[in-house]
Amino acid sequence: MAELTEAFRSALGLIVGLDPDLLEIVSLSLRVSLVALVPSMLLGIPLGATVAIARFPGRGFAVVLLNLGMALPPVVIGLLVYLLLSRSGPLGDLSLLFTPGALVVGQTVLVTPLVAALSRQVFEDHWTEYEETLRSLGARGARAVATLIFEARHSLLTVLLAGFGRAITEVGVAIIVGGNINHLTRIMTTAIALETSRGDLPLALGLGVILLALSLGVNVLALAAQQAVRRAEA
Amino acid sequence: MRAVAALILALPFIACSPSAEAPETLIMASTTSTRDSGLLDDLLPRFEAETGIAVRVVAVGTGRAIDLARRGDADVLFVHHRPSELEFVAEGFGLERLPVMYNDFVLVGPREDPAGVRELGDVAAALANVAANEVPFFSRGDDSGTHKAELRLWAAASVEPSAGASGWYRETGAGMGATLNTANQTPGYALTDRGTWIAFRNRSGLDLLVEGDPLLRNEYGVVVVNPERHPHVKAAAGKRLADWLTSDAGRAAIAAYRVGGEALFFPIER
Amino acid sequence: MPRPEASPEILPLRVEGLSLTLGGKPILRDVSFELEAGPCSVILGPNGCGKSMLLRVCHGLLAPTELLAPTEGRVRWCGPGAGEAERGQAMVLQRPVLLRRRVAANLEYPLRLRGLAPNERRDRVAVVLERASLEALAERPARALSVGEQQRVAVARAWAVEPEVLWLDEPASALDPGATRALEETIRRIRASGTKVVMTTHDLGQARRLADEVLFLHRGRVLEKTAAETFFEEPQSEEGRAFLKGELLT
Repeated sequence: MAELTEAFRSALGLIVGLDPDLLEIVSLSLRVSLVALVPSMLLGIPLGATVAIARFPGRGFAVVLLNLGMALPPVVIGLLVYLLLSRSGPLGDLSLLFTPGALVVGQTVLVTPLVAALSRQVFEDHWTEYEETLRSLGARGARAVATLIFEARHSLLTVLLAGFGRAITEVGVAIIVGGNINHLTRIMTTAIALETSRGDLPLALGLGVILLALSLGVNVLALAAQQAVRRAEA
Repeated sequence: MRAVAALILALPFIACSPSAEAPETLIMASTTSTRDSGLLDDLLPRFEAETGIAVRVVAVGTGRAIDLARRGDADVLFVHHRPSELEFVAEGFGLERLPVMYNDFVLVGPREDPAGVRELGDVAAALANVAANEVPFFSRGDDSGTHKAELRLWAAASVEPSAGASGWYRETGAGMGATLNTANQTPGYALTDRGTWIAFRNRSGLDLLVEGDPLLRNEYGVVVVNPERHPHVKAAAGKRLADWLTSDAGRAAIAAYRVGGEALFFPIER
Repeated sequence: MPRPEASPEILPLRVEGLSLTLGGKPILRDVSFELEAGPCSVILGPNGCGKSMLLRVCHGLLAPTELLAPTEGRVRWCGPGAGEAERGQAMVLQRPVLLRRRVAANLEYPLRLRGLAPNERRDRVAVVLERASLEALAERPARALSVGEQQRVAVARAWAVEPEVLWLDEPASALDPGATRALEETIRRIRASGTKVVMTTHDLGQARRLADEVLFLHRGRVLEKTAAETFFEEPQSEEGRAFLKGELLT
């Protein structure tokens, strides 16, 4: 218990003191995860929508594959992305390994399947409701998908939050492809892993408290935005 | 569609470029002991101030660090397992191995010392006692320099430990700090480098029990990755780092580094 | 309103030997009829007789299991594979789904799908809003409207494309008398604008008020297709008489 108390005290100390290293780590964590969300949503949502709406042979298999992607261990993804970005790998010439860009790529690969799988469920539910209407109005193909994405925007915000949560809290990918380099690729989770390995458990836990507070803040903001939009529309 | 794809590819570059890119940067693959002890945080800023070269440290186990360098993902290797380093150079992946510094390994364990190894002074005899009493021993089990050294010491003690779920010999498969965290909870014995031990904050029930045996010497060497194998490697800057680490200035800095008043590393005389 | 540009004519629409089986259950059996431009056609029949399915097949939402090839050149099919003919028609489902946007944007949506220029769309929406007496609701979020208002928006959305044929499936089934009256007024205006209205209803009173001709459907077959007056005064079939007396439930 004494350790927990100390953890909160050290978290508070870091926050109140506006520790510059902490600010750097927090800002990098937020930046990387928010940026990674953009390609994740741009790729994952149309993918989820397509699998939800299109009827093609092997669709059941595609659904299973999407759901499996959600359960891929981050370490495995980290290793795959590492092998891709490694100098000896196919994308080695990009010089992305051990840079923030590598973190973005890694988190994108991690989050895209989650976004695709969750949005597939959202779109299947919406499609049941909208299918006949959209077909009757003459919307088909990409047009129908675009309309459905717009109609499902409220549910997709939840998908966005889930994706953000997975990105900002994962450590396996970040350690392997980012290298946890001080002032360059050290983010909240890798910093926590580092302090744990240094045996500074209160500091590690303090960083954990901050990470939790951060996630909470983002969720509250997003939900407030959702409420505001709903109110404006109703 | 093509514009979207281009945007996605470009995002990692535009959105997350480091705030102030140093004119030249090196990637150094090193071990957790050099980082966790705080040595690199002390040395590298001095090197950067002198040369303008920023060094980015990826701290992993020695085995993994060598693998990183072998793939061309690092410019410089700074690890502590001489045979592996020499092999790396012999295979043509590295230019030359320079000895930099040494510290020593120490055997730590429960304060109550159930295996009775305290102040034996002889690490082989101590390990034999641990095995004979079947007191838990925590091995890194991760192909790190410390793990390799530990295996060498078991051989010296003529014990062949085999890891098993219920057995006394347990592999954590984790870094030094994580292994020490495990050892102080169980409690059990563990081999650690002195630097990590001194800087380690969560000792609680653990004590340093065996030290000073010549077998426990832990030597660090630096190797620049061979640009003939990986043309993108910044060999010139890497060479400056290796030279600086072994220069008078570098050796003085290593010798001057203290944690809690204790010296952690000792430069090797040329 | 002028007819939509270069849209191939659907009418007269002759359906011959149409059968539909869903999940092994026969829904429509060997249905044949012809619809001409002009009169408002009301499809009557007890619950489960296949009215809604017939409209869906005619509109192209469902593919018929069987359909005899039309023999005469004037006969056109507007179901799947009819190509441009689909554009000349619109349908309002029994439970319409409005889009999560303003009423005006709902009316504009099918116009955009048909490639109308922005200023054309704006003009057309304004005209339809006025004709359907929906101006007051134009800026309201469609999903927040009452059921009756939503139904009128759905009808207006279908009308906005100025279809040659408009299929209405039980348009007033969930409405109170006031909303029903407003809706029927809109339907009359649509008919007056030259659009052929084909609707189903289970409400005999509504059928009497709106129908010019009646198609009486029973157990998947068309038993009668006569002028409305004839059907209501002296139905030709046994089942038709029973239906009018309220004795035919399925």
